[in-house]
Amino acid sequence: MKISIAIKRKIIQVIALILMNPYIGNLKDGNLYKGSWKKFCSPGLNCYSCPAAGLSCPIGALQAVNGSIELKWSFYAIGLMCAFGILLGRAVCGFLCPFGLLQELLHKIPFPKKKLPFWPKLIKYGMLVVIVLMLPVIITNAAGMGEPFFCKFICPVGTIEGGIPLLITHQEIRSMAGALLAFKIVIAALIVIGCLIVSRFFCKVLCPLGAFYGFFNRISFVQLETDHTACTSCGKCSKVCPMDVNPSKNPNSMECIRCGKCIDQCEKGAIYFKNMI
Amino acid sequence: MKKTGVIAARTAVLAAAAVMIAAGIFRGEVGIILHKAAMICFECIGIG
Repeated sequence: MKISIAIKRKIIQVIALILMNPYIGNLKDGNLYKGSWKKFCSPGLNCYSCPAAGLSCPIGALQAVNGSIELKWSFYAIGLMCAFGILLGRAVCGFLCPFGLLQELLHKIPFPKKKLPFWPKLIKYGMLVVIVLMLPVIITNAAGMGEPFFCKFICPVGTIEGGIPLLITHQEIRSMAGALLAFKIVIAALIVIGCLIVSRFFCKVLCPLGAFYGFFNRISFVQLETDHTACTSCGKCSKVCPMDVNPSKNPNSMECIRCGKCIDQCEKGAIYFKNMI
Repeated sequence: MKKTGVIAARTAVLAAAAVMIAAGIFRGEVGIILHKAAMICFECIGIG
């Protein structure tokens, strides 16, 4: 029996979720893992303030260094992101990102479904360049320290993975909650509603990490290829694509998360993962 | 993109990534990241 890419991918997504969040027992008392593994960044968006997290979030790490008093630019986080990007491209989004898995589960909930026009998908590049890379360096306090603006004002992963468990387990954190938490909960709720309506809403519109990995899709080791002699242009692949890509015309689009739904859908076998080397 | 161009681009990016990771470690970025990640990030969870 041939196992579809969809099933293989779901298994890998669950394994990645567990590997990035191995300290599930910490959710009970709200303690964070503080060991050496947190020197490394996970490939996907996974908040390091989640009690279960075993690795650092690359976007959080990048902003922490960019906003530091002395360094102002994180070669380490960018280097790791380039390495993940060239190896996997946006396959990280499709196979490894825990928030990608959550978005897919949310989109399975019955709710009116819609497709997005093209322009909102450009917002994520602004997130990457302005909010993640520039603001922590430009807007600093008297000591010269910048804030992680994306984490603070936008990231729903921190609110959901970090904020909710820590608020439940820590009375002192609940007592500090104020307008910022209310704002972040509203943002997270809007993103969750967005994910109910639009497949991978956060990936498409807001994720700076997905925007970064997208630049590598044309040259990464994971490549999709279309056999134009086998392709009948039936359009089934583009219809099933959660990222609104047309794989028969642009198999290595910056938006493609390599989920392989188009491969499963193509009866002619015209779309396939190319020889990785 | 031609195959040789892709291979060259992959090699260049991998080499650049390795150099950046080494530079980051040498500059002490890992310590900043561990310090941030080992404590509750109040900005991340919406406290401030």
